[in-house]
Amino acid sequence: MKRFSKLINVRELLLPLGQLIMFSLGSAIVLSTIVLVLALLLDKTAIGMAVTERFNASLFTYTLINLPQVLIDGLTIGFVYAAVALGYTMVYGVLEFINFAHSEIFAVGAFVGVEILIALDTAGVLSKVSLGMAFVILILAILAGMFAAGALAVTVERVAYRPLRGAPRLVPLISAIGVSFLLQDVIRLVEGLTTGQFNRIFPTFGNFDERLIFGEVGLGATTITMGISIKSIIVIVGAVLMLVGLNYLVNATKIGKAIRAVAQDRTTASLMGIDVNHIISLTFLVGGLLGGAAGVLYALKFTRIDPFVGFFPGLKAFTAAVMGGIGNLTGALLGGIVLGMLETFAGSYMGIFTMGAAGTEYKDIFAFSILILVLIFRPQGLMGENVTQKA
Amino acid sequence: MSQILLYFQKFQTNIQKGIWPYVATLAHILLGTLLVYFSPRSTIAFLILVTSFFSLYYLKADNRFKLIAGITLALIIVPILGVRNIFYLEIIFQISVFAALALGLNIIVGFAGLLVLGYVAFYAVGAYLWGFFGSQQYYVMPFAPGTQPADLPFLLPGDAFYLFLMLAIIAAALTGILIGLPVMRLRGDYLAIVTLGFGEVIRVLANNLDKPLNLTNGPQGITPIQRPSLPESVVNGFNSIFSGIVGHPVDQASLYNVMFYILALVIIIIIVFVTKNLEDAKIGRAWAAIREDETAAVAMGIPIVKMKLLAFAIGASFAGAMGALVAASRTFVSPESFSFMQSIGVLSMVILGGQGSIPGVILGAATVTILNLQILQGFSLYLSQLRQSDAVIPIINFAWRNLSSQLDPAKYQRLLFGLILILMMIFRPAGLIPAERRKRKMASDTVEAKE
Repeated sequence: MKRFSKLINVRELLLPLGQLIMFSLGSAIVLSTIVLVLALLLDKTAIGMAVTERFNASLFTYTLINLPQVLIDGLTIGFVYAAVALGYTMVYGVLEFINFAHSEIFAVGAFVGVEILIALDTAGVLSKVSLGMAFVILILAILAGMFAAGALAVTVERVAYRPLRGAPRLVPLISAIGVSFLLQDVIRLVEGLTTGQFNRIFPTFGNFDERLIFGEVGLGATTITMGISIKSIIVIVGAVLMLVGLNYLVNATKIGKAIRAVAQDRTTASLMGIDVNHIISLTFLVGGLLGGAAGVLYALKFTRIDPFVGFFPGLKAFTAAVMGGIGNLTGALLGGIVLGMLETFAGSYMGIFTMGAAGTEYKDIFAFSILILVLIFRPQGLMGENVTQKA
Repeated sequence: MSQILLYFQKFQTNIQKGIWPYVATLAHILLGTLLVYFSPRSTIAFLILVTSFFSLYYLKADNRFKLIAGITLALIIVPILGVRNIFYLEIIFQISVFAALALGLNIIVGFAGLLVLGYVAFYAVGAYLWGFFGSQQYYVMPFAPGTQPADLPFLLPGDAFYLFLMLAIIAAALTGILIGLPVMRLRGDYLAIVTLGFGEVIRVLANNLDKPLNLTNGPQGITPIQRPSLPESVVNGFNSIFSGIVGHPVDQASLYNVMFYILALVIIIIIVFVTKNLEDAKIGRAWAAIREDETAAVAMGIPIVKMKLLAFAIGASFAGAMGALVAASRTFVSPESFSFMQSIGVLSMVILGGQGSIPGVILGAATVTILNLQILQGFSLYLSQLRQSDAVIPIINFAWRNLSSQLDPAKYQRLLFGLILILMMIFRPAGLIPAERRKRKMASDTVEAKE
């Protein structure tokens, strides 16, 4: 028993789990309180009247009844953002460089996973698999997406970033933007040549679309069902596994120690016998693996993907990474969860609270507003230390 | 191989001596003119004509000669050949528009060293300003898109355009300052992402401000937008002089294209003039100092916030002017024209030509636009012809007919922009025509390295 605990550092496994639960609960409680207080305040105004007229319930009840669903949705998308944000944050921690192409690596992961499933579907395999096999196939698709994305990330680093190491800061960033644009069209080209369509749909199989219902509430003429779909559970479980695994890799293994050393001081690390180029490739590989898996999970949740699917999740994940304090793994988790929650809250309630003047369509720029606010008032992020700027 | 290279170098030095530059320039212009005149559909002829601007720039000749030849080429030859084949005039107009945008972005990126990824936001401000005031949109405001009555009046006469060209400059400059103020403290790469965010915010606003008040008409965009007036007498006058050379009488629509081309040209000349003067003035040197080393610049007493905001404002104002001009010439604005991809397109022009280099940036704009509109589209056309033919790729036995119709090279602009950005950064980060200051710096760097 003693030997076992030496082999596996239990603390590093439990700590991130605890953090995840804490962050999720914390942001859920804070945001719910804000929304409920707002609802109470606005109940007697014209906005409250409008809601009462439409749903035959007060604004407060309306808000309260919708809350569980909003929380679940927010948590699901939050975990996807967190998984992508880790890719940005790891690369930034090691190279101080925004890997703009990470969103396309995410997209490539999604495409590889979905294409494999579509191929299986047209071969007629998916329609007659058992429930257990469905899960196995899904896991295999996720793994395929992961490895494709990881290999791509390493290649991109080798071809487009490594020759530019040591150049002024903006040079590799511009190259990364170029890679991002190039990859979008390469996906389009490959899809156009092979399948002739750019929009791919995640095939339905297994019981992923079913929802576990835990309650129905009547609201005026409509009834609102509260539940969580199986695929949301898969997304959350998958993301949590990855996050914990990555945290373990970085904080409790020898490789992780090398990664942290390179992040802290590249020259000294190389003097200590660490192969810096190797570690940087490894960082991109890990980031790519996480991004690819997140891509397949994203496709599972939202069903439809196109070559530009990476852009918004990528940007939001970057926002999450900055919000948490870029370069900080725990910060990326916090940022992802908070951003996912905030965005879902905004998407669900903004329309009601502004009487339809501004609704879900502003969801995407909501993340930017947060990014700008964070950068203005707390550039080091929620959990980042105040580091001096390097030129 | 080295023999050919030697011969080429000899040719390069010889052509800069005596009367040869004059002969070469005139020959180039004449050849381009004649080729385009007699075979208006040939791409190569068009390229020869367009490149004559560059031989005019490169060859060592008297400045007065260059000026006269340049004016003749730009104001007489191009409009006449343009109305003969309106497609080329369109390309030249687009080159001018993008050259102006690239020159504006060049001030922010090339001079001040601030990477801005949402540059089209300023362009959108100019376009929507005239789009709103130059159309019926003021009276459409209470209606949801598509439900307005048919016979609404225009708010302003078309000639108010010239006033709004000025207002667009001011509005875009103010937007530049507004966006610049909060992000001034940020380091280079954060600034890039935040400006990207701002660019998207402007696009999403344009997409969604059709309620509660219909300001932008949503995704459908605003149309029709008025143009400044072009009297019948001008059309008749043009026809009486030039219709013989053009080969057919010119209608008002084509002449409008000429007018907007000349307006764009005037704006570009003003921009180049302003940029050239700024570059070597105190402001330009302050920008260079900020770009090279911000900490040192602060230590030397340069007011960096003021200087950065100035770069934002000036760079933005050029885009604002072009926005209003494009809104008037297209008579249509929609959020689609202001996507992130457009910002990157303009950035790739600046990077390709050379950051901080005025001729470089114009060359970059011309190259990217021609690649986009001529080469990629030509390739598309070629592929669609192959698709209709019975041709087969020999070894792999693939019939062109089976090629997916989704494969349309004209739509692969992102690939083009991406390749330009990556390759330039790896192989020639200073651009095709490096800026003088950078050239000097590179020379001193190599001297230091040798020592």
